[in-house]
Amino acid sequence: MTRDNLSNVGAEMIRLVDIHKEFDGVTVLDRINLSIAKNEFVTLLGPSGCGKTTMLRIIGGFESATTGDVLFDGERINDIPAYQRKVNTVFQRYALFPHLNVFENIAFGLRIAKKDVKEIRDKVQSALELVEMLGFEKRTIQSLSGGQQQRVAIARAVVNEPKVLLLDEPLAALDLKLRKEMQLELKNMQKQLGITFVFVTHDQEEALTMSDTVVVMKEGIIQQIGSPINVYNEPTNIFVADFIGESIILEGRYLEHCMVEFAGQKFPCVDIDFAPMEQVDVVIRPEDVDIADDPAEGVLQAKVSSVVFKGVHYEMLAETDDGLEWMIHSTTMAPIGQVIGMSIKPDNIHLMKKETKGPEVTAS
Amino acid sequence: MKRNWLLYPYVVWMILFTVVPILLVFYYSVTVQGGGFSLTMAHYARVFEPLYMSVIWRSIQLALVSTIACFILGYPVAMILANSPDKQQFSLIVLFVVPMWMNFLARTYAWLSIMENNGIINAFLGLIGVGPLSLLYNAGAVVLGMVYNYVPFMVFPIYTVLRKLDPSLIEAAEDLGANPVRSFLKVTFPLSLPGVLSGVTMVFMPSVTTFAISQLLGGGQFTLIGNLIEQQYLRTYDWGFGSALSIILMIIILISMGLMSRSNVYEEGGLI
Amino acid sequence: MRAILKKCYLWLIFIFLYAPILVLILFSFNVSRSRGNWGGLSLRWYGELFQDRAIMTALGNTVLIALVAAAVSAAVGTVAAVGIYRLKGWKKSFVMNITYLPILNPDIVIGISMMILFIAMSFPRGMASLIVSHITFGLPYGVISVLPKLAQLDPQIFDAALDLGATPREAYFKVILPQILPGVFTGFLLAFTMSVDDFVVSFFVTGNGVANLAISIYSMSRRGINPKINAVLTLLFIAVAAMMYLIQRRLRKSSREAV
Repeated sequence: MTRDNLSNVGAEMIRLVDIHKEFDGVTVLDRINLSIAKNEFVTLLGPSGCGKTTMLRIIGGFESATTGDVLFDGERINDIPAYQRKVNTVFQRYALFPHLNVFENIAFGLRIAKKDVKEIRDKVQSALELVEMLGFEKRTIQSLSGGQQQRVAIARAVVNEPKVLLLDEPLAALDLKLRKEMQLELKNMQKQLGITFVFVTHDQEEALTMSDTVVVMKEGIIQQIGSPINVYNEPTNIFVADFIGESIILEGRYLEHCMVEFAGQKFPCVDIDFAPMEQVDVVIRPEDVDIADDPAEGVLQAKVSSVVFKGVHYEMLAETDDGLEWMIHSTTMAPIGQVIGMSIKPDNIHLMKKETKGPEVTAS
Repeated sequence: MKRNWLLYPYVVWMILFTVVPILLVFYYSVTVQGGGFSLTMAHYARVFEPLYMSVIWRSIQLALVSTIACFILGYPVAMILANSPDKQQFSLIVLFVVPMWMNFLARTYAWLSIMENNGIINAFLGLIGVGPLSLLYNAGAVVLGMVYNYVPFMVFPIYTVLRKLDPSLIEAAEDLGANPVRSFLKVTFPLSLPGVLSGVTMVFMPSVTTFAISQLLGGGQFTLIGNLIEQQYLRTYDWGFGSALSIILMIIILISMGLMSRSNVYEEGGLI
Repeated sequence: MRAILKKCYLWLIFIFLYAPILVLILFSFNVSRSRGNWGGLSLRWYGELFQDRAIMTALGNTVLIALVAAAVSAAVGTVAAVGIYRLKGWKKSFVMNITYLPILNPDIVIGISMMILFIAMSFPRGMASLIVSHITFGLPYGVISVLPKLAQLDPQIFDAALDLGATPREAYFKVILPQILPGVFTGFLLAFTMSVDDFVVSFFVTGNGVANLAISIYSMSRRGINPKINAVLTLLFIAVAAMMYLIQRRLRKSSREAV
């Protein structure tokens, strides 16, 4: 698997080696191999129950792997308890201490580490500054809004200057607008702090917005590791294609060098790793379908069956003669009932190997 | 399992001081006293003699009567409490709890001063030329003692359930055309049933097993199961028969709890 | 109209509940020995009370037993609750069943069965057997007052403390305990109240002439009326009420601050 975004990413920070985890005989993580670099923003992405939170908890030390190793800065830390690891966590629903005020929540780790009073005060101050919560020191946790609690939870973790910050769906409880704001703020914080973030989410848009690297997971198995652009444009299998963004997935056949057949037509493409006459899955993003009012201008013809205005674009469904339904995102609108022409540029056609039956292993 | 040693002192203590004693009672109830390990059902057979059956029956009757009385007295109290303004509610609850800080026996004993032949009620009656009436040492006095001691056990569970009741349910019922009486019968009361059931259990159980109330207010002439058991252990020293009676008493409790088992009072994975 | 009716009803109930207690308090200040006649106010019985070694000892026993039983019940109950909270399946139902046993078991059965046990074990009957029995019926209240507080805890809060560098031990004392403390207090108060309130169990398990107040009242009530009993009960009642008032006020204050 290639990593095409190495801009500010340093040497290896965490490595998971052949992690396997079972709960009561049920496998929740299988053959997990992952390397996380210093200063990298890695997102573990997948539907609920895919094992992403368990993976985070194994890194944090709250769970131990059934087999496999966790390496931190080159050292095996399997047997190091959570409270001795140089990682800190921002918990889902924050897990702030309700009996302590904002200042004492943030100071908790420093007090445990027996720092002196002045240092504690200074560090809490700068942590509050980082999350823009100066002046809230004496407030109780219960008097804070969800967004404010979120900020305190981040401050409480980063004040300990961890080398790695683990974030377990930290934005899930916020409303949409606040969530978008926090996404950008978190990304900025990560740059400012210069530490590794491991972020867990089931929201693909969130993952694409914030990450250097996205790790897509399903049923305890890594499906794909790559940059946001990479996983979006080059999904390795149907699951990734479907989970990340909207996509049209068609059955096709690789004809010859850079030529593929699907929907009854031949299309030039850019993929070359296939054998002639090999069956393939074809992935096309709805925004990559070019439409024309004149049916003759397209390679395929289809009749528009529904149109929904989505703000920036229109979402249309159009049906071809052979009964295939295409989802199209376009800034121009074609009315219902109109027959339009559709065409796809070669580099917008993504081919994938046909998946073999049984448990799929597509991660490298 | 890690950290289970936390439990050992507790579990060992509870088994030694609650389970083992009950097993001992059972042992005494099926063996001949002083006869080593020779088994016998004679103690249980004696329980079914008419004399003792009438005592058991009387205990159940009195406990039922006082349970019903507690319900009739207590339900309106619980409703009034639950519907009073939040600020008052706490003080009213405290007013209800305070009498329970007086020792159980002392509370019962105090009724003696009120009801005895030269007690307060008869002193008042004397002023208007009536009496003295013999108020003590009858079934009424015993029931009064039970109701007095156990009515809070009826009020609190009902109050707790009523308080949690969503007021919009009653509004919805009234919105759908139910008058206050009907909305009470069709909505409030059925929803408060878990509280009523646990209240009934909590009043019936101590009532049917009491021996101090009947001893003090019944004057010792009014024998209930509890008194019978006490006599066997402390006066006639017939532990076998006393133990058989205790086992029967526990069976009565189990049956009544089984009947009430639909209430979710003991949620934490407990009995039943 | 309905509001007035409601008020009247509540008042009647309160009169019913308080009448015997007020009578008892009132007659502790009565000069006359009779319960029917009012001879005028006096502190005579209080004076005599302090001279009465037997009653004063019984009072001391009641308080001592209640304090010890409540403290042990709250402490051991809290530790046990933390253990129970981690249990699952049949182990949990088993432990919960033996927890509810003394609550559901009739007092008289607890009393006689423990008496048999103490006799069978040749356990010294008196102060020791009283304390052991009061701990036994107090412990479940220690456990069941803390369990709901544990259930209310954010399940991640323990992990959060570990994450910030606290050892499991520190996490229990600095994070878990402060949050379940109201439950621990409730357990203490319940066990204390149960102990002060108990007559039946004490009556059976005691021996060697050791008596608490309830036992003294019981034996005296058979020998006729003793106004000193009214006096000592009045004192005990005032003491318990004052203690409860102070603690509840503190609890309410701290819970209000938390909101």
